[in-house]
Amino acid sequence: MPKLTEGRRERNVEIPMASLADIAFLLLIFFLVTTTIDMDKGLGIVLPAKGEQTEVSKKNISNLLINARGQILLDEDQVALRDVEPLVRQKMAENPNLIISVKTDRRTTYQRYVDVLDELKQANANRISIANPE
Amino acid sequence: MLLIFFMVSTVLKEYQGLSVILPEAEKIEKLETKRHVTYVWIAKDGTVSIDDKLMEMDNVRHIMYEKRVNDPQITVSLRADKGSNMGLITDFHQELREADALKINYSSRTEA
Repeated sequence: MPKLTEGRRERNVEIPMASLADIAFLLLIFFLVTTTIDMDKGLGIVLPAKGEQTEVSKKNISNLLINARGQILLDEDQVALRDVEPLVRQKMAENPNLIISVKTDRRTTYQRYVDVLDELKQANANRISIANPE
Repeated sequence: MLLIFFMVSTVLKEYQGLSVILPEAEKIEKLETKRHVTYVWIAKDGTVSIDDKLMEMDNVRHIMYEKRVNDPQITVSLRADKGSNMGLITDFHQELREADALKINYSSRTEA
């Protein structure tokens, strides 16, 4: 038995560790390059259920129309995009139950629609209704 | 440590989708969870792609209905081109309403 242990000591077995750092760095770089931090961000909205119709009194509704050229009409007044937020904010202060009904033309661009929704969100208008284009 | 972080966080499976330019917005919020999200791409020319499968607008309701039955908390992340017209988006809204999948998120990027 003593002979055996002596023999083991003499052999002096080692795993070469020099390349370990290289391998780790290579893997690190690979994952650094392939990782894409997914940016799932956007404007959230809940659509009305099909066939759901609720009667809302006229004074609680504010109509916001966007035409094909992107011009905005808020309650019969033409407004610029940047004025939507302060105006809606003011209307909301007057009537907290206000529902903003957004109606677009079929040829309105999606960007314009998102711009307007963005303005409404900035004005903290949470009650937004999406009307079907005519 | 870094190595382990990247190994864990890397998602190799990426959806290809259609080539769209997302609209820009300021007040964007993060999606709460990725587990209940279905990605829908709508290109400028009206091509619709759900989970990498191209389809007709009329078929969207069937696919979405199936998805909603499997997962009632489903949220649709809509990645539509900023130049597409609202007619397309409205048609898509109608399809979603038919399928009773009502939570929608207009995917957008921050303004540069």
